[in-house]
Amino acid sequence: MHTRAKRFLILAILVAAGVSALSAYFNRYYLGVAIDVGINIILAVSLNLINGHTGQFSLGHAGFMAVGGYTAAAITLAITPHLSGSPSVVLSGLLFAGSLLAGGLLAAIAGLAVGIPTLRLRGDYLAIVTLGFGEIIRVVLQNMECVGAASGLSGIPERTTLFWSFGLAAVTVYVIGSLVNSTYGRGFIAVHDDEVAASASGINPTRYKVTAFVIGAFFAGLAGGLFAHHKLFLSPTNFDFMKSIDIVVMVILGGMGRTGGVIVAAIILTLLPEFLRPFAEYRMIIYALLIILLMIARPQGLFSFGRAKAA
Amino acid sequence: MNPLLQLDQVTIRFGGLTAVSELNLAIGTGELVGLIGPNGAGKTTAFNLITGVYQPTTGKITFNGRATGGLKAHQLARLGIARTFQNIRLFASLSVFDNVRTAVQLHRPHGIINALWRGRGFREGEAEVEREVLELLEIFGLSKARNNEARSLPYGDQRRLEIVRALATRPKLLLLDEPAAGMNPTEKVELTRLIRFIQEKFHISVLLVEHDMRVVMGICDRVAVLDYGVKIAEGTPESVRKNPKVIEAYLGEEVTAPH
Repeated sequence: MHTRAKRFLILAILVAAGVSALSAYFNRYYLGVAIDVGINIILAVSLNLINGHTGQFSLGHAGFMAVGGYTAAAITLAITPHLSGSPSVVLSGLLFAGSLLAGGLLAAIAGLAVGIPTLRLRGDYLAIVTLGFGEIIRVVLQNMECVGAASGLSGIPERTTLFWSFGLAAVTVYVIGSLVNSTYGRGFIAVHDDEVAASASGINPTRYKVTAFVIGAFFAGLAGGLFAHHKLFLSPTNFDFMKSIDIVVMVILGGMGRTGGVIVAAIILTLLPEFLRPFAEYRMIIYALLIILLMIARPQGLFSFGRAKAA
Repeated sequence: MNPLLQLDQVTIRFGGLTAVSELNLAIGTGELVGLIGPNGAGKTTAFNLITGVYQPTTGKITFNGRATGGLKAHQLARLGIARTFQNIRLFASLSVFDNVRTAVQLHRPHGIINALWRGRGFREGEAEVEREVLELLEIFGLSKARNNEARSLPYGDQRRLEIVRALATRPKLLLLDEPAAGMNPTEKVELTRLIRFIQEKFHISVLLVEHDMRVVMGICDRVAVLDYGVKIAEGTPESVRKNPKVIEAYLGEEVTAPH
């Protein structure tokens, strides 16, 4: 027997596979934007675990994404020349999954390495440290000859399809949703609400914070891998400070700790710049103005209608 | 019989200030002990020493036969020390139900993997947690409000919820930090009844830090009095009330009025 959440996950993956099979009939531009939407959902929902549910303030999500993206791309690039002829769909799918997983795991390790020493810090201090971490990653990549340094990593084969993007977005939503919706997972929100009281109730705040960081980083790494095999070109500037801010904006706009709201915000903020293309150079000004207006109108987030009730 | 909690010559200094000095205190199983003293006497500091917020500069604290030095608050909670806070600290954005559920998880083996896989064992475990939480809420008359956000409760109910959350960790010792603070006389009477009820129903020891004398005198088996970090008296409520040192600490020195 499956729980409702599991059924949702399976259904979402099947739908993603079904729609993806029809990809050939879609306009390539719309398809590309749709894949972007899936990637951004993964990024925003995973950052929401850290910044929303657990109440930490990380500005390093682009850094974790870079770790995952470069790792996955480097693996794919290393393996592809050794494949004889054109590999079957299943094989290339498995290889892609493996490289994504490797990217995610490496990002998770980076999350652990950053998390353990820094999560004693709170609020603004943590934000600055994670910001520094993101910059270090970017600068290191800019100087690593083996991944193209400043001129970037090109020639990455296209592997990311609608199926991968939305399938993994569904997995992300499922993992983070079911984590938070358990007795164990309520601890994340308890740490967010009051660390001292959480500690007095037998919750180890440091452990929860590090866990949130590692899981968040893992999914950011996956998203990075998808991004790499979608854009087919990686440059360290893809993962600068502004990228982290973009993701933070999605979380804040969606409502901290509201998974549903964050998903909608990720969709809107991915589509908005595309819809504003006709305005050419005014595009980013209008985009920024809309965000300011939204924040004035709904500072608690677009879609915060109270947390899902338990029991 | 060894006492459940023992403070042995416990001293803590903050720079030049000795907040608590050579405090000896023992609490037996099932005992209800009051710790009183005027503002700034070091009551809350003593409390924070017991709950692992501070570490003593010198001296030793033993709980249930185990030295608690170096243990953090969450580890002490696991050992069986639960507390409430002087200024109520609930998980404000969580529901009443979830506030208690979070504390129950201490005794649950289910972690991340179970939460993701959601197998039969996990679901049964969660159902058990739910039963346990609802039972506690029922006992304390909070079950109607179980889906409300904790911050939306009236003040008295918030205090009660905080106590329920502390009890949900199944403590051996419950520490109450000024539970009567900010309560009106009716609420105080109710609180007194509640504390007695808890002690009888759950068979636990209670340490009550309070400066409302009436609450303390009404229910405690034994009372210790702190003044400027030093224990100046200890005994039954009756003997403490008559102790001249205590009267002096609370009301100031007696002066012989000139005729």
